[in-house]
Amino acid sequence: MSETLAHQHEAHDDHHHGPEHGIKRWLFTTNHKDIGTLYLFFSFIMLFIGGAMALIIRVELFEPGRVIINPEFFNQMTTMHGLIMVFGVIMPAMAGLANWLIPMMIGAPDMALPRLNNWSFWLLPFAFALLFSTMFMSGPGLAFGWTFYAPLSTTYGPPSTDFFIFSIHMMGASSIMAALNIVVTIFNMRAPGMTWFKLPMFVWSWLVTGFLLLAVMPVLAGCVTMMLMDRHFHTSFFSAAGGGDPLLFQHVFWFFGHPEVYILILPGFGVISDIIPTFSRKPLFGYRFMVYATIIIAILGFIVWMHHMFTTGAPIAAQLYFMYATMLIAVPTGIKVFNWVATIYKGSLTFETPMLFALGFLFMFTIGGFSGLMLGLVPADYQYRDSYFVVAHFHYVLVSGSLFAIIAAVYFWLPKWTGHMYSETIGQIHFWLSVIGMNLTFFPMHFIGLAGMPRRIPDYPLQFTDFNQIATVGSFIFGIAQLFFLYIILKSCFTKSKQHLPDKVWEGAHGLEWTIPTPAPYHTFETAPIIK
Amino acid sequence: MQHCIIRFIIFCFCLIATTVWGAVPLNMPVGVTPISQDVYDLHMAGFYVCCVIGIIVFGVLIYSLVKYRKSKGAKAAHFHEHLGIEIIWTTIPFLILVGLAIPATLVLAKIHNTSESALTIKVTGYQWKWKYEYLDQGIRFFSTLTTSLDQINGKMPKNEWYLLEVDNPMVVPVNTKVNLLITADDVIHSWWVPDLGIKQDAIPGYINENWIFVTQPGVYRGQCGELCGANHAFMPIVVKAVPQEEFNQWVISNRNMAPISLAPMKESELLALGKTEYEKNCAMCHQNTGLGLPPTFPPLKKSRVTTGPVNADVSFVLTGVPGTAMQAFADQLDDRTLAAIITYTRQSWGNDEINKRHNQPTVVQPLDVENARQSNKK
Repeated sequence: MSETLAHQHEAHDDHHHGPEHGIKRWLFTTNHKDIGTLYLFFSFIMLFIGGAMALIIRVELFEPGRVIINPEFFNQMTTMHGLIMVFGVIMPAMAGLANWLIPMMIGAPDMALPRLNNWSFWLLPFAFALLFSTMFMSGPGLAFGWTFYAPLSTTYGPPSTDFFIFSIHMMGASSIMAALNIVVTIFNMRAPGMTWFKLPMFVWSWLVTGFLLLAVMPVLAGCVTMMLMDRHFHTSFFSAAGGGDPLLFQHVFWFFGHPEVYILILPGFGVISDIIPTFSRKPLFGYRFMVYATIIIAILGFIVWMHHMFTTGAPIAAQLYFMYATMLIAVPTGIKVFNWVATIYKGSLTFETPMLFALGFLFMFTIGGFSGLMLGLVPADYQYRDSYFVVAHFHYVLVSGSLFAIIAAVYFWLPKWTGHMYSETIGQIHFWLSVIGMNLTFFPMHFIGLAGMPRRIPDYPLQFTDFNQIATVGSFIFGIAQLFFLYIILKSCFTKSKQHLPDKVWEGAHGLEWTIPTPAPYHTFETAPIIK
Repeated sequence: MQHCIIRFIIFCFCLIATTVWGAVPLNMPVGVTPISQDVYDLHMAGFYVCCVIGIIVFGVLIYSLVKYRKSKGAKAAHFHEHLGIEIIWTTIPFLILVGLAIPATLVLAKIHNTSESALTIKVTGYQWKWKYEYLDQGIRFFSTLTTSLDQINGKMPKNEWYLLEVDNPMVVPVNTKVNLLITADDVIHSWWVPDLGIKQDAIPGYINENWIFVTQPGVYRGQCGELCGANHAFMPIVVKAVPQEEFNQWVISNRNMAPISLAPMKESELLALGKTEYEKNCAMCHQNTGLGLPPTFPPLKKSRVTTGPVNADVSFVLTGVPGTAMQAFADQLDDRTLAAIITYTRQSWGNDEINKRHNQPTVVQPLDVENARQSNKK
């Protein structure tokens, strides 16, 4: 969408503004690239912690009966796995990508609010330290699932729940600040001539995501605050015995929770919309429709929350309205998929690792979309709800959706960030192992879910054994695949490379970030480029 | 070489198909109620629609991936917009969705029609068991998992109905519309039987209404469908559908239960009954060893309750601890059973020695429990 006319390298005052040395660089940095790196590494560490928990879950489910852990600890694992993957992996990784890329994509020297930026990152390690500390507390740890439904988390919640509440507050504050910063940056820091419809799709997606975050993170904060009041200050928001309503919790939670799933996926849409045209050597098909579809998805995202609660005894009018609204989301999502396919059609395709992950996204996110559509049909939802079918659905959109998009983005921009080209062979091994592992793990879950296996159970009846065993094998393949990713990232970051990569690393790449030197200097666009 | 790989893949697929397909359920059950059959049809309609869209989208995608490779000399075209096609692929999916929404709406309207039922059963979820109350027949019982801890821990071979068996199944007559009033006593549970096409959340403070109409006699099994704490996996649902005459017989034989005798029991009798009932009602949390699963489920071995004053012990079990999984057992178990369980716990795992040392009684009689009940009421 955007072409640079001119960009001047003004390196004369670089020596004043180089990074600090040692730990102070990372603690006190206000540089968007450093903060982006911090976010991405944080997310990467969390990915391995959350992944290890997933493997513990899969080992326990390898066969019926108790395998390695007791049910209580199993519930702690599912709870922590969910919280870590949502709040500790996908959201920080997307924020990290935004930090690195948005200023470079819109021709800004940095984020609009650099000190706020530092704070919004540095809240996260403390928030997660607080969250992890609950596992070592003398009352049991958190065992109510990442959705922490009342009254299991209020009246019946262990004492450690309070630490969880404060941890959620800190994560929420961090997200709100990050979103605020991104929205303000996109509104105010665009280079001259970078008009709205020249913005790369990644920037557009994050702009919309930023508004979603600003709208719903306070709702989550309100939700956990009500929990805190119920637990300690004798209110009864969520307790029927005191005149409150346990369903109010679910309404409030999912009013946050449904836009949250778009927060997790929309930046991924943006990434894919930038990668597919690059390796198809063809502009994105229907750019404007892609922008409109993103905005419509975000708006519809606010009015469908009750489709997570179809079995709670909702009146038929509410069920019908939420079913229709939910099905409507398939339309703009379909537009996105069709436009990606049309971009590929009659392109000139090559299959470097970022493209492979983008294609993996395209195939498997669509499968996740199909199961999502089926889940929207209320009567069928009665059977799918809280079964492994749902587990399969949201892992298809979150693992092969959001996570694949993040991995694709890392491969795509890693050479620009580090000045080091990753090994294509290892990248391809990583991709194929991930795809095989991911499908072996989650595809059979559709079957066992339909056959009636509830989610979040540490032990299951005998007829579900075969598919669970396949899933466990798949999960280990997926886990091992990520070690290749670890190797690639460490090698790229810590090799003093002798490679001389061109500014435009990929032949078909477009956009301002490909006009600056590789690796990207510590300060870029100190003088705004002029966009034609 | 390529041939060999393809043949190997086909071989593997056949192997999986013959072994797995035959033995393992892959799809939603058609079920035995009109609703479950409608739901199945709707599910399959949705599935086929997705298949068709999938074949078209993936077909174009795969064709493009094969045809337009740079390595095969493909040159990129430059088109990047077409209003007409955008309108087409907005409209067609919309129409398909309308086509799916219509049958879904009709089935949903059927599900919500709870009128004209012949029998009403109130279903209450507890951590971790179900209570069934036949409101017009005056029958009321709890339904608890019967799979033993030894099976779960791998010390015994597992039954065919491992984790899907209960002591008292819910009994319903076939070809009768049975209304279900579903609620919960503590946290949220969900009453789910796939074969009956029903899943309804059991929410404390709410009574949700749903109904079943079973067309074939048989035993139908399901599990709790909402995370409800540590033993969420261990509160199955078993529904036994029987012909009307058999149901009438069942009602008669279960309605006029003789009142529980408060006569003193022999110590050996108490211990034997106590052991069975403990394993059924208590062991899932406190374990057969009495060691519990700390910190959630405290041990009973050498605990302050089981080695403390006997009255405190009895009223502890009767009233439970609000806000924890330790329930008020006053309404769940009768005096004989409670006396037996308390006697058993006061004598097992070395507790008897401590009790004797401190001159605490180790035998509790049904009458003691009844007296404690009365004084709790005051």
